[in-house]
Amino acid sequence: MAQYTINVNGTSQTVEVDADTPLLWVLRDNLNLVGTKYGCGIAQCGACTVHVDGVATRSCATPISKVEGKITTIEGLSENGTHPVQKAWKQVDVPQCGYCQTGQIMTAVALLNENKNPSDDEIKNAMHGNLCRCGTYLRIREAVKTASKL
Amino acid sequence: MENRNKLNRRSFFKISAVAGGGMVLGFTWLTSCKQREEVIKQLELPSEWYDINAYLKIGNNGVVTIFSPNPEIGQNVKTSMPMIVAEELDIDWNNVLVEQAGLNSDAFRSQVAGGSNSIRTNWETLRKAGATARQMLINAAAKNWEIDPSECTTENGVITGPAGQSTGYGDVASIAASMEIPEEVPLKDKKDFKLIGQTTGKGNVDIDKIVTGKPLFGIDTKREGMQYAVVMRPPAFGQKLVSFDAEESKKVNGVNDVIQFGNKIAVLANGTWPAMKGKSLLSAEWEEETSVESTSDHDEKMIALFDTDKEPMRNDGDVDKAFSEADEVITKVYESPFLPHSCMEPMNFYADVREDEVVMHGPIQTPAWARSRAAKILDRDEKEINVGMSRMGGGFGRRLYGDFSDEAAEISSLAKTPIQLVFTREDDMKAGTYRPAIKYKIEASIKDKKITGYKLSEAAINSNMYGLIPHFFPAGAIPNLRINGDAYQSNITTGAWRAPYTNFLAFAEQSFFDELAEKLGKDEVDLRMELLEKAKPAAEADENIKYSPQRLQDCIQLVTEKSGWGKQSSDVYQGISVYYCHNTHVAEVADVVMKDGYPVIQKVTCAVDCGIVVNPLGARNQIEGGIIDGIGHAMFGNLTFDKGKPSIKNFDSYRMIRNAEAPEIDVHFVDSGFDPTGLGEPSLPPAGGAIANAIYKATGKRMYKQPFVQHTDILG
Repeated sequence: MAQYTINVNGTSQTVEVDADTPLLWVLRDNLNLVGTKYGCGIAQCGACTVHVDGVATRSCATPISKVEGKITTIEGLSENGTHPVQKAWKQVDVPQCGYCQTGQIMTAVALLNENKNPSDDEIKNAMHGNLCRCGTYLRIREAVKTASKL
Repeated sequence: MENRNKLNRRSFFKISAVAGGGMVLGFTWLTSCKQREEVIKQLELPSEWYDINAYLKIGNNGVVTIFSPNPEIGQNVKTSMPMIVAEELDIDWNNVLVEQAGLNSDAFRSQVAGGSNSIRTNWETLRKAGATARQMLINAAAKNWEIDPSECTTENGVITGPAGQSTGYGDVASIAASMEIPEEVPLKDKKDFKLIGQTTGKGNVDIDKIVTGKPLFGIDTKREGMQYAVVMRPPAFGQKLVSFDAEESKKVNGVNDVIQFGNKIAVLANGTWPAMKGKSLLSAEWEEETSVESTSDHDEKMIALFDTDKEPMRNDGDVDKAFSEADEVITKVYESPFLPHSCMEPMNFYADVREDEVVMHGPIQTPAWARSRAAKILDRDEKEINVGMSRMGGGFGRRLYGDFSDEAAEISSLAKTPIQLVFTREDDMKAGTYRPAIKYKIEASIKDKKITGYKLSEAAINSNMYGLIPHFFPAGAIPNLRINGDAYQSNITTGAWRAPYTNFLAFAEQSFFDELAEKLGKDEVDLRMELLEKAKPAAEADENIKYSPQRLQDCIQLVTEKSGWGKQSSDVYQGISVYYCHNTHVAEVADVVMKDGYPVIQKVTCAVDCGIVVNPLGARNQIEGGIIDGIGHAMFGNLTFDKGKPSIKNFDSYRMIRNAEAPEIDVHFVDSGFDPTGLGEPSLPPAGGAIANAIYKATGKRMYKQPFVQHTDILG
């Protein structure tokens, strides 16, 4: 076990865990930030997506010892769900079961930070790494488009 | 106003004042069931309300709270059901709160979310509950004003009298609570609906929590003193545990305990990660207990079951005669693999087995069943066991089975500590309750260019189609028809999976009819329309036939019109599929184009008759999702076994449909005016057939095996 100090949503936090502990579990179990979800543990489904210095990152495959940079989770996106992407998600009523949606939102935010006005194909490609069994893909695309105009 | 319904108030409604002012109307959703004492306590209700399971509370501030007993798995019942109540109650939707009522039912079926039943079975009850509460509030206001209730009108939670006097629901709620429950209440005429069917629709009630990442799902559970448990199970079906060594596991920081229970080993730790890591460091020896089966064994066994001599599930006319007199017989075999459920939230459950009580909590579709099984496992009285429900990160049938709640109860009992059991994704895929592999042999006899006979033989793993499925189309449309089935009993666990049986049956049958149309030299739409026309007298006379040929025809009519059937440019290839299940009628047309020599699904047009559309926004979401899910599994989903071991581990070896693979979807509703029916499942079954039929048009090749990606010659 070792001590790690990380910056999460603008606050410095110190945790004592093994070096190989994925950031996902530090967020969920140690810091009580459960909005970041576990889906596969091998960076295949995108449910665990967070930002490290603004870049969409799979927290399930990022050991705490390798974390460098400021982390933003869904809880740090806005005070009350007022980020344009969150607003668009509500407006379009994207979720069904809702489980994968925080990861989808974090991926969408990273895309829009890079590319303010993505084309349909750019949206599809950027969102391709995030799985949804309920099949909400079309609304996800629509919501990203909506957010780009907010 | 229409439908002056007589109510038996003793069996339907109860009324009470609540502390702090206001009224509560209690009613029963579905069959009788007991309500959790906690909820009764929270609302300070009389104890004789034991047979009530849903509550409508109108506070003296005018806020309406609906306590919904139906579990939410993503099908949006927490939105659409309260909409029905709010419609009849005549209130502003913004003043409605929805809360999940806790479990409690003696008849667990009453709280099952499955089979797209939720809306259908509750429609009448919910309307009456809203209308009764509204009438009582009017009666209370009229009493105050000393006028006849019939002189009052309501709008958005305000009652208005003839002299222009008005009062909010909240102002009279406490008075209404002391009044008699009316035996007869008027229900709104459907044309007067303001909320139901509103095209802007109503969003998911949990949406704020979902998009901000608030704790909502079972896996987010955190309770005082809780440990995380991850379990090692036999790697192959049919194996048992011989011995294990936990030395390395126990060295992991945070691992507290390693416990064997039956053929499984649980690692308990302070966090999910140390528990997972501890499990990965266990070494165990396994041996065969029963048989270890492979897909090749299953294929052989299933093919041997075709034409079983078991009693047919439906048998019309003289099938053997029709076939012996035929000019031609067409025989095709369709095959599907096992499928895992792949709920995005892996299975998990919380259990705290204490001496005085047992507290369990988590994402489960059948909480009362979980309770009764826990009582058996723990040898405790059911009354000591409390099962709470969380929102579920997908269900699709998997969360009907409480193997995970059983495990949680057992581990907590042995470890004497509260635990949160978490499946890794690998556990979730390898210890599933899978959609069983199924094969269909379908045969048709043709004489004088007419279909004279039809035989469908189902060979499945563990169980066969049930209920009224054998009486779905083409029952009634072909005079000589036989549906039979048999199953091979395997030790691989199988169960319901979104639209059980029909999820593959529809593909087989709708592919077969396309091939028949071609054989007969007919347009595939014309053939279906003709067969449905022929089915009309039988559908009228035969009480087992629940599908309406007319409603299916109307769906075909609408879908061909909206998809531009037969009018597309020559580079767009269209396939049609028509299906009825879960009381809903659906027709779908898929558009396929060729790109770099391979077919690509560009668009699906869908016509649905689900009766009155309560919540169009939610309904479209369900339909789109069902189609995408149907396409994804038909195209990619594959699970085979090698000596009892599943071939898949995680989303790297098991392919699911992804964003860029989802086609555009255009949904249209048939305005039939019937009472609402389910939407969680019915759009899924026809999707596979629609795309297969379109791919055939594009490539000249038919697909008989799912997943279609196996046909690398066609799909690349």
